[in-house]
Amino acid sequence: MITLTQVLALSGILFAIAVAGVFLNRKNVILLLMCIELMLLAVNFNFVAFSRFLGNIDGQIFVFFILTVAAAEAAIGLAILVVLFRERRSINVEDLDTLKG
Amino acid sequence: MFATILFYLFGAVLIASALGVVLAKNPVHSALLLVLCFFNSAVIWMLLQAEFLAITLVLVYVGAVMVLFLFVVMMLDINIEEFRKGLAGYWPLAAAVAGFVVFAMINMIVVKHLGGVALTAAPDLPAGPYSNTRSLGTVLFTKYAYPAQLAAVILLVASVAAIVLTLRRRSGGKPQDIAAQVAVRAQDRVRLVKMPSEKRS
Repeated sequence: MITLTQVLALSGILFAIAVAGVFLNRKNVILLLMCIELMLLAVNFNFVAFSRFLGNIDGQIFVFFILTVAAAEAAIGLAILVVLFRERRSINVEDLDTLKG
Repeated sequence: MFATILFYLFGAVLIASALGVVLAKNPVHSALLLVLCFFNSAVIWMLLQAEFLAITLVLVYVGAVMVLFLFVVMMLDINIEEFRKGLAGYWPLAAAVAGFVVFAMINMIVVKHLGGVALTAAPDLPAGPYSNTRSLGTVLFTKYAYPAQLAAVILLVASVAAIVLTLRRRSGGKPQDIAAQVAVRAQDRVRLVKMPSEKRS
């Protein structure tokens, strides 16, 4: 039988890989979006695991909403990315300095 | 026992493909490895008896979101080499942050025992015919009815926003203006000219 510890450890490792990915692919916006998807997946793992081991279905409802919002986020993010590429012919994060922030 | 073996098998593939997403040189390979990640996660969620969400993950993520990602990755011609320059020095920082996250997680699980939550035994599912989808839907459409409506509105807004953002009006195009077509009158188009007939010379 799978234990809660195993699932939480798996999701922790997954989240850590995603965080490392944000550092290693700092310049490529598409890969940053993919790393965010990986983080959300790790969070969803926690919700599903606790929902199962506490016998409470509400955690799965939360995963459902997270999936919804993540899909919306990916759609808008990629649309912005396409417009950005049209404007500047680049998706390098370092080229996005128009606001001089 | 069999479930544990499956969990370790798919968990290993999941972690390997997640590493592949992060380390792959080509963004297309990253996207395809992320698809593999989602498939493995779906299998593990099925082992945790979250069947509906497992299928949703495959349908929504693999079927829609990752296809969108692949579209965008292939549509933009990106110079891959440019992104790799000057990032090799970030290895120690990335490893340190990732190590800290794993350490914090293990500290929480092993040392503090999650504040006393039972870690091993999952409660048995109700006896008799049990449907994960049915129990999820029952809660979703009663207790969480308003959040479900809100999620629907968010999806609508997102799709409208994505279309409006990427819509491009080219100058010099010849689009059809239906209102102008319907409102046109005969005297706008045809000019009748009266003139005397000419004599044959």
